[in-house]
Amino acid sequence: MTAIQNPRSGQIGSGRIAPQYKRTGGSKGNFEMLAWLFMRLSGVVLVVLIFGHLFVNLLVGEGIHAIDFGFVAGKWADPFWQFWDLAMLWLAMLHGTNGVRTIINDYAEKDATRFWLKVVLYAASAVIVILGTLVIFTFNPCPVVDGVQLPGGFCPAP
Amino acid sequence: MWSWVGHRITGVVIFFFLLVHVLDTSLVRVSPEAYTAVIGAYKNPLMALGETGLVAAIIFHAFNGLRVIAVDFWKKGAKYQRQMLWVVLALWLVTFAGFAIRHLSLALGGH
Repeated sequence: MTAIQNPRSGQIGSGRIAPQYKRTGGSKGNFEMLAWLFMRLSGVVLVVLIFGHLFVNLLVGEGIHAIDFGFVAGKWADPFWQFWDLAMLWLAMLHGTNGVRTIINDYAEKDATRFWLKVVLYAASAVIVILGTLVIFTFNPCPVVDGVQLPGGFCPAP
Repeated sequence: MWSWVGHRITGVVIFFFLLVHVLDTSLVRVSPEAYTAVIGAYKNPLMALGETGLVAAIIFHAFNGLRVIAVDFWKKGAKYQRQMLWVVLALWLVTFAGFAIRHLSLALGGH
């Protein structure tokens, strides 16, 4: 005897809706839902990271006048600011790339246009994220220029 | 509707600035002189106004983003979305005024 399956009792997928009644193909998974959730979670963290970044770099002390090589070197001599800036780089780039991806999907009507705009977007984002990460981690805050150690309280005596 | 348009426009502006900002900061890896020279070019009145405009966009995007989260996750979020927009605009005005006064007096006022 062949059992007639109840449409809502399928064993595949969520376990609640039989696969033939699901509105989306299984291959896409719930990527869009995860992207939606990521925008909200990363957004909250970015508010803290970027407000802190702006406050420390532009509003404290001499503000923008203090920013030069030594300023960046002094911050990245400290793992705390390395991690802060790394988190900011990755979260902001993923948040921004996903936002622009949404805008491309909304406004570019032709399939080919949409495809190529997103190729350019992903390539640019990958370059920026990889470049930024390498700079944060391979950066030497105490370079010796023409045999002279640059000044900076955070550098060991030559 | 207009807060949604504003969120998109400020988001795109911030994203393109971010691309440039990572590139200019990467110059620290090239040489101290290269970085300090390019940053020196930022330190003029026109760029100070540009930075102030960028921060205006960031503050709006930040507070409006928190409003979007409240609309999505807070039970009464959708009901109070209009009142929350006024809160966003008020917070934007206060935060932006504080930043602009401090940053512009530093940037335009010399050392």
